[in-house]
Amino acid sequence: MAGTFEAPEVVQEDLDILLIGGGMACCGTAYEIVRWADAVKAETGRELKIKMVDKAAVDRSGAVAQGLSAINTYIGPDLDPADYARMVSNDLMGITRDDLTYDLGRNVDDSVHLFEEWGLPIWKTDADGVRHDGAEAQKEGIPALKDGGKPVRSGKWQIMINGESYKWIVAEAAKKALGLDRIQERVFIVHLINDKNDPTRIAGAAGFSVRENKIYIYKAKAVMLAAGGCVNLFRPRSVGEGSGRAWYPVWNAGSTYAMAAEAGAELTMMENRFVPARFKDGYGPVGAWFLLFKAKAINAYGEDYMVKNKEMLNDYPPYGQAAVPASCLRNHLMLKEMKDGHGPIYMDTVSALAKLRETLTPKEVKHLESEAWEDFLDMCIGQCGIWVGENIEPEKKMSELMPTEPYLLGSHSGCCGIWVSGPTDLGAPTSEEYDGIPAHLPSGWSWGYRSMTTVKGLFTAGDGVGASGHKFSSGSHAEGRLAAKAMVKYCLDNPDVKPEFDETTEQIAETIWKPVRNFLQHKDYTTAIDVNPHYITPKMLQMRLQKIMDEYVAGCSTYYNTNDKMLGVAEEKLELLKEDSWKMRAKDLHELLRAWENYHRILTAEAHMKHILFREESRYPGFYYRTDKNFVDEKNWHCFVNSIYDKKSHQWTCFKRKHIDLVDKSKLFKAAAPH
Amino acid sequence: MPTFVRTEKCDGCKGQDKTACMYICPHNLMKLDKDGSETGHAMKAFNQEPEQCWECYSCVKICPQGAIECRHYADIVPLGGSVQPLRGSDSIMWTIKFRNGTLKRFKFPIRTTAEGSIDPFGGKPMPKVADLSADGVFTKAVMGGYRAGNPAELIRK
Repeated sequence: MAGTFEAPEVVQEDLDILLIGGGMACCGTAYEIVRWADAVKAETGRELKIKMVDKAAVDRSGAVAQGLSAINTYIGPDLDPADYARMVSNDLMGITRDDLTYDLGRNVDDSVHLFEEWGLPIWKTDADGVRHDGAEAQKEGIPALKDGGKPVRSGKWQIMINGESYKWIVAEAAKKALGLDRIQERVFIVHLINDKNDPTRIAGAAGFSVRENKIYIYKAKAVMLAAGGCVNLFRPRSVGEGSGRAWYPVWNAGSTYAMAAEAGAELTMMENRFVPARFKDGYGPVGAWFLLFKAKAINAYGEDYMVKNKEMLNDYPPYGQAAVPASCLRNHLMLKEMKDGHGPIYMDTVSALAKLRETLTPKEVKHLESEAWEDFLDMCIGQCGIWVGENIEPEKKMSELMPTEPYLLGSHSGCCGIWVSGPTDLGAPTSEEYDGIPAHLPSGWSWGYRSMTTVKGLFTAGDGVGASGHKFSSGSHAEGRLAAKAMVKYCLDNPDVKPEFDETTEQIAETIWKPVRNFLQHKDYTTAIDVNPHYITPKMLQMRLQKIMDEYVAGCSTYYNTNDKMLGVAEEKLELLKEDSWKMRAKDLHELLRAWENYHRILTAEAHMKHILFREESRYPGFYYRTDKNFVDEKNWHCFVNSIYDKKSHQWTCFKRKHIDLVDKSKLFKAAAPH
Repeated sequence: MPTFVRTEKCDGCKGQDKTACMYICPHNLMKLDKDGSETGHAMKAFNQEPEQCWECYSCVKICPQGAIECRHYADIVPLGGSVQPLRGSDSIMWTIKFRNGTLKRFKFPIRTTAEGSIDPFGGKPMPKVADLSADGVFTKAVMGGYRAGNPAELIRK
């Protein structure tokens, strides 16, 4: 019997394995896990009960929903996983987990080869060095990547694709592998449940349907939590309709980090953020323009600020001396121009295309124009909207660049996330050197199951895995697959574990439905539905969060500056906001979705603020500055900053873990300049 | 509103419980106004929260009536341009109209196999449970994507 808004139906299901999310990471998990579960059934007769739960539709969910114009992580036969681990480390200012990045590097191409087999068109270069789109290449008989075909490299690690249907294709494989009866769409999981007999173990998860008055409670031995990064926790540069035009998908609400934290999982590098420098307002991608079309970014007076300001890189040894400076340092040089009043900053599309046209035939020029437009149309149509509205043809008029509001993520050029168990065959440390790590947490980088968090049975992938950025779409898929194997093994190793909830069904249901209760109880107190002293709308809650983060935690309005005092103010304000979040209102199921998304944003934001306060340096100049500690301090802070959250006291504990290199990083750097 | 529904073209997906745009929107924005109480247009869909629209075009591309278009963010973009796709089974066609009337058309491939034709495990090995602890995915031996790496690079082994 269907429930009502006043009395929702509670649906309960017992599983072995629950997958939360439906993006690249969960699709990778689904694909891999079904095959291993089939193997288990064939060999032992035991059937593992599996379900994937997505808050949207798998065909177009996650960060790749719109499509992509490139796969940013493809190692290829000529590079070594160690080269990849070095690049990731350098771009993230030296603090990454080599075990995780190396492992990803050796496995990621398997997923890319599958994507091509499934039908993703991948651009190729023929024997004469001519580029072909993915469909044409196939018709011309150019071999697949797997059989030696040469991709079109837009950068050392990136390959170009015709990727409008990238997610649709990857979803089809995952859906077919699972079968539709093992997929639940439009159910938003908002809360993880720990085990009654062992609080460091996962027992299940709960959420609600955004379409029917139903609460879903799943019991599971192993849970994959891969629900993306966090967007719109800072006030965006556009605050009207354009607030939806976030660079990363607006539906990434920090659910991964917030739910993991509440379940007791150790987070890592939550101080890290990504502030991409992108085409202004539309946030169109710059990679192909820089790398494929060889365009330069210049200030308003035509100066190449990367050349003009290059001495500033010497302030940050050894990272400033890398052949390719870290993304944050490139922002650092750009911000100097903006602060000195030399803006706007432009991508010089006009000179770049003119230069390319010098050597091309008219047919090739036409093709080049098409490639430039496809770069946006495949993954960021909104940027084309700006070009048509402002009459910008890139060969005739340059476009502005701008650093965006900050984003939290672990799969793109950022590395915040959850601390996970890594592979054991790469020389990772097995002990710790620093004091202050809470006693119940593991020592070293591996505790048995690849990608398991410090909560037994809780796994993550993609944006969830911290200290290992630059995996992007392909790497997130591959990482989901690596975790899938470990999840099956965990279930086989623990046949006697019977999960029991540490909360009652009624408590879980009431927690989830609280915003609805707030609304129903108080809605008639005032005559205006949105103005009521007893509740706050999710929209206003979000705006309050964004204002605090922007003004005190190094958002755009302070040019990404903060200090210990400003963070102290933010700490107080976020505390009050978190208290008020229990007065969120939901007038319908759609608003209940927004209410819970914003609750997740608040916890994620709080973690970000606490980590920045704990790390007494400015590790990512260009992404944020602690003006009271405005330097990179290799001696004291070349380490991970990790944290745990106590869901009973609502308090965070931050601590250090030692960083160790598993591959030699000195190969990255030119001889250090005198300083 | 970022995406909008043309009143005269939307047929509410012929009275089904949910429309194609409701099915696909990653952010749960599209809504069917069954009785017209929210928009004045009964049995037609609308974008219920335009300031949360990512302009990902999932609804535009899936609409069987071609009823959904995009009026780009009003707080950013001058009026008059349009970017409209027609997505087929193997390619997508774009019609780009500038504010000044300039027109461009592009066609790009979207997939090289028939939709629905993926055989996820066809020709793939069935793994052995004993290999669960070994490195690599179950297709490692057949997809040619495993990069073993130079062992000398691992300095702590």
